[in-house]
Amino acid sequence: MLHLLVFSVFGLVCVAGAVNLLVQRHPINSALSLVVVMGSLAVEYLLLGAEFVAAVQVIVYAGAIMVLFVFVIMLLNAGVEDRSKGSRVAMLFGVPGVLIGSVLVAWVLVARSGTGNVAVGALPGPPKVIGWLLFHDFLLPFEVTSVLVLIAIMGAVVLANHPGSAQQRSTQPDKREG
Amino acid sequence: MIKIAIALGVLLTAVAYTVWLERKVVGHIQNRWGPTRVGPFGLLQPLADGVKFIFKEDLIPPHVYKPLFIAAPMIALIFALTSISLIPVGNWITVFGIHTPLEIVDVNIGLLVVLGITSLGVYGVALAGWSSNSKYSLLGGLRASAQMVSYEISLGLSLVGVLIMAGSFSLRDIVDAQGGTFWGFIPRWNIFHGQFVAFFIYLMAAYAETNRIPFDLPEAETELVAGYHTEYSAMKFAMFFMAEYANMITVACLATLLFLGGWHGPLFGPPVLQAILPVFWFVAKIFAFLFLYIWVRGTLPRFRYDQLMAFGWKFLLPLAIANLVITALVVALSA
Repeated sequence: MLHLLVFSVFGLVCVAGAVNLLVQRHPINSALSLVVVMGSLAVEYLLLGAEFVAAVQVIVYAGAIMVLFVFVIMLLNAGVEDRSKGSRVAMLFGVPGVLIGSVLVAWVLVARSGTGNVAVGALPGPPKVIGWLLFHDFLLPFEVTSVLVLIAIMGAVVLANHPGSAQQRSTQPDKREG
Repeated sequence: MIKIAIALGVLLTAVAYTVWLERKVVGHIQNRWGPTRVGPFGLLQPLADGVKFIFKEDLIPPHVYKPLFIAAPMIALIFALTSISLIPVGNWITVFGIHTPLEIVDVNIGLLVVLGITSLGVYGVALAGWSSNSKYSLLGGLRASAQMVSYEISLGLSLVGVLIMAGSFSLRDIVDAQGGTFWGFIPRWNIFHGQFVAFFIYLMAAYAETNRIPFDLPEAETELVAGYHTEYSAMKFAMFFMAEYANMITVACLATLLFLGGWHGPLFGPPVLQAILPVFWFVAKIFAFLFLYIWVRGTLPRFRYDQLMAFGWKFLLPLAIANLVITALVVALSA
């Protein structure tokens, strides 16, 4: 009972954070709402018995990726966003689209056979089991993903290191010493 | 509940007296006395400071972004104090017939949770820098967030070697794996058990994570006035101060648990002494680690910012990866 209560409370916090993210006009407030969303998602994972995923969620998303978001907002000193009236196309297609999408998800979850209830902790949760799954059953997808990430990193390096700045960097130390 | 109260009380006292210790030790390193006026050896100085901080006027500059300006020190302090709840300070003890472990909660992924909580602490610093709406603060906040994210990678990788050797995320299991000795006199602590390089990486990354000299760029007094907490006064400033020292203690606790054998040490004497000795060893190791911290502060100059980043990414990170690969190879071959 308490379990369900805590789960619902954090579910609500999560949704409220997500709504707040869209409503807030200042980027840094939106970024912080996203941190709240990530944190409450981590609590939900924890309550579902996936403590490893919860910890990783906090370390990676809340602790690293969102810090970079906040960093970029601080660096660019992004100000308050102007409020536009919103486009008519978005209203026309967006609202029905969201409704159809949520009904579809609900239908898949409720009506389709094969998706049933699972007891808390019945699915793999401990780090050892997850490690085994990653490095045995799903080794190929795991390695392909890591190559993908590597490509992304290399792309970022190439983009950041365009010719002009490379030349500048090589002359910098001399200047400082002289 | 009792354990939470005790842990909080001990931690806050420890924070206060780490400040005293630092002022005293740095004083002696610089051929000064440090605090001497309040109480014997200046021992009551932290109390006097605390009273002063509480009674100072809490000034909020008009140009700040108020909600975050007020929230930032709280965020910093809350995460700094929370992480300590997962640290086991000793083995099981029996007090008045109640058999209990010497920690608030024991979770089987304790180390990950500690890392997660400490990684959230950076928001306090970053938001303080941003919400102050001042150039010095903003630069301090930017430096802090970049530095912490960069060094967290090396910090995490340096711990993986220890995890491989212990085969568990539980801090209690990691300490238990370090019991016993080699050839009867060298303790089987991880630092003597092939993880010396990891300890070195951890030490460097920990200095950077807690914004201490030689990596205290976020609050570099000579360039940034006081960095991210330039605009703070009274208790809000004290909260940042407490958070910094609480983080130092957490880092020292982790170093003790992961590399220095936790509460393991020679046990002797009557049963009462044997029950207390593990806690004594644990505290002694933390004290040694904190002393090293202060010693380094009194000795080394500050890095330049580009040196800091180059050191983190081009030296520590490859070293940490190499250490991880070698440890994994050795463990796999000897298994």
